[in-house]
Amino acid sequence: MSQPRLMQGNEACVEGALEAGLQFFAGYPITPSTEIAEMLAERLPRAGGVFIQMEDEIASMAAVIGASLAGMRAMTATSGPGFSLKQENLGYAALTETPCVVVNVQRVGPSTGMPTSPAQGDVMQSRWGTHGDHPVVVLSPSSVMETYVLTAKAFAVADELRVPVILLTDEITGHMRERVVLPDPGTLPRPHRPLEGAAPPDIPPMVHFGEGRRVLVTGLYRDSTGFWSESPEEADRLVRRLAGKVESRQEQLTMVDRWHLDDAQVVVVAYGCVARSAQRAMRLARERGHRVGMLRLACLWPFPGHEIEALAERADRIVVPEMNLGQMVGEVERAVRGRCKVIGYSRVDTELIRPEELLPVLEGV
Amino acid sequence: MITAGIILAEAAVMAGLNAVQTQSYGPESRGGATRAEVVIADGEIDYPKVTNADVVLVLTSEAYRRYGNKLKQGGLLVADSDLVGEVQAGPYRIVRVPITRIAREELGREIVANIVALGVLAALSQVVPMEALERAVMGRVPKGSEELNRRALRCGEAAGRQAQVKEAHEA
Amino acid sequence: MEEMRFLRREHLPHIWCVGCGHGIVLGAVIRAMDRAGVDQDRTVVVSGIGCSSRAVGYLNMDALHTTHGRALAFATGVKLARPDLRVAVLAGDGDLAAIGGNHLIHAARRNIGITTVCFNNGIYGMTSGQYSPLTPAGYRTTTSPFGHLERDFDLCRLVQAAGATYVARSTVYHVHQTVTYVERALAHDGFSFVEVFSPCPTYFGRHNRMGDPVTMMKWLHDSAVQAGQAARMTPEELRGRVVLGEFHRTTEVPEYARSYREMIARLAEGGDQGAR
Ligand SMILES: Cc1ncc(C[n+]2csc(CCOP(=O)(O)OP(=O)(O)O)c2C)c(N)n1
Repeated sequence: MSQPRLMQGNEACVEGALEAGLQFFAGYPITPSTEIAEMLAERLPRAGGVFIQMEDEIASMAAVIGASLAGMRAMTATSGPGFSLKQENLGYAALTETPCVVVNVQRVGPSTGMPTSPAQGDVMQSRWGTHGDHPVVVLSPSSVMETYVLTAKAFAVADELRVPVILLTDEITGHMRERVVLPDPGTLPRPHRPLEGAAPPDIPPMVHFGEGRRVLVTGLYRDSTGFWSESPEEADRLVRRLAGKVESRQEQLTMVDRWHLDDAQVVVVAYGCVARSAQRAMRLARERGHRVGMLRLACLWPFPGHEIEALAERADRIVVPEMNLGQMVGEVERAVRGRCKVIGYSRVDTELIRPEELLPVLEGV
Repeated sequence: MITAGIILAEAAVMAGLNAVQTQSYGPESRGGATRAEVVIADGEIDYPKVTNADVVLVLTSEAYRRYGNKLKQGGLLVADSDLVGEVQAGPYRIVRVPITRIAREELGREIVANIVALGVLAALSQVVPMEALERAVMGRVPKGSEELNRRALRCGEAAGRQAQVKEAHEA
Repeated sequence: MEEMRFLRREHLPHIWCVGCGHGIVLGAVIRAMDRAGVDQDRTVVVSGIGCSSRAVGYLNMDALHTTHGRALAFATGVKLARPDLRVAVLAGDGDLAAIGGNHLIHAARRNIGITTVCFNNGIYGMTSGQYSPLTPAGYRTTTSPFGHLERDFDLCRLVQAAGATYVARSTVYHVHQTVTYVERALAHDGFSFVEVFSPCPTYFGRHNRMGDPVTMMKWLHDSAVQAGQAARMTPEELRGRVVLGEFHRTTEVPEYARSYREMIARLAEGGDQGAR
């Protein structure tokens, strides 16, 4: 293991990406994600990779997809306004099954808001931002160390499932500096794309440009040969297979922390920076004799609905604190389906939720 | 001030402790109101922000007005004696040191006030060992400015010690 | 007929209307590819969305049919990842000059090694006949029912000013000229751009009393002026005419993807400490 060191969240994202074999980055500067671009502008060409600052976020997303199809492991990083601009091409990546990683260091919204301030308002956009039904995997770290781990994981999932993976972090996690101990270089498994003969039945093998295979990659619905098609049957098969690719692997993709769930009457469900506040609140409440437990989500989508369902059978209350007006809480309610009380707690004043303010909600006063 | 916060957290990590540093700043990347927060602990740190501060360091009246109330009972308030006006007495320790003036007059560069402040803070609070702090400073300052920053740290440390002696006298 | 190897013949007939010029442009492109000695296993053709963009689907090589306007941005990623591959963009006038206008000027500015062929029918074909940035003033479209008030771009001058290093214009009527220009563009090392006027009798023609293909071809013929001749004409005489020719060609600007590789090589030798 390497020496302990103080590292910024965005820096950990860069380290995780490079460790996973990142070769191509295209981006457009935007606070609070810019450090990622700046660091990669320096690191990537030194490692034989390519960095380019494109003319906007739409172009960045496009270039990332182009590079990925040409065989490079590729990523872009942005924040709210830029994430909105990437949506059309994100859908293109989903439909064409192009592996890529999109980092969104969330800031407040809508619009420019207070651009240097944190929020968690892009939870639903990360799931449903592009038009149409589409597969997507969304990972959300709560610490600097986890930013490293999940960035690397994002590449592994993107390659394996041939999907865009979104790393949804936030201004706090991205700019925070923390002590980390990184694993030794080369110890993480390298991501790999499904190759001919070794691909699972629901994921086509990856063929890159320049291999003499003369592939057609198109955003139109396609038949099994890859050529555009207007057949309703083909359309149905394609859309269901794409969505099923991720949904059917929900258990394998789920990443949660479970704390004190055995005896919990009250369960906090939290993610990202707010999970840190919630964890402290849980501890304080337990010290005061309340049976509070916590489920922390590191993978937001696919959503671990079964896990929430099981919790709802046992708990009296589920509390979902978020730095938005209630996005994940809706998803939790959907899984709970009235089996217990679900209480959202929102803060949108640009300040991280404090543990003390959660206490009364957890303790039910 | 953000750089000082980073250095303090880095020194803590070098000293084998756990640390988290966060910040908030306005749209300007330099100047304007900035706040750096550092949490240092032996074990795991869950909530990354400072709730009840053991130490608050303020270099301007504006900073004092905004963040002075973060100090906990029995905590330490370090204020620039020239730039921070009246401070409210309370159940905490107040130490006033002319941090910016030291940087300007003794070191000839106001820009190193943050490093002077770190020296003062370390001398008065012992949150991190001086040796680790010096290593952290050396690792973060621009090449060619090491000597200046080392002196800044020393001046700060001396000023902190001096203030401590004066404090003991007055008590 | 050597050039027929560049087509995916199993996917013909194409989707284009009777009288549409896009098939002629595609024909010119494959002939130019044949003449330029294009290796179809080392070439990627990229397009956006529009009638013209379907062209890449009929080409028997790696093809990337992307989103409306973004072909050049996708192609930039491909070229930077695989500078050894030849990359060409086939795009409509709306695709390149409206929604993708920003990518066009920036690709030109970088002088990235992409050959771009603009299928200019002066209208949005795919969406049934709205005006584009290349619809000339005065003409009618479904969104300029009283005659177009806006002026059109001179796209060649635009990309040249932005930094393109090969710039030419032709029409489908002047098909040999088109083949020559596309061939030179393919052979060019840098951002090369060929604008080809292509008739759209179905929408442009019908709205402007040129509904039958022959009339539109005649219109192309009548409005075209070769650059040499145009140089001797007054602005008055040139009004409403389309100037054809090779406007710009230089080899003095380094190609971007290669420059990037050279930087990587320099860094590998430990040559540069960077900004920090
Ligand atoms: C983002 C987006 N906006 C609008 C459209 C609808 N659209 C498809 S093709 C097109 C214009 C096509 O015109 P042009 O690029 O000139 O090509 P042509 O069809 O004339 O060959 C438009 C507006 C789209 N597909 N995507």
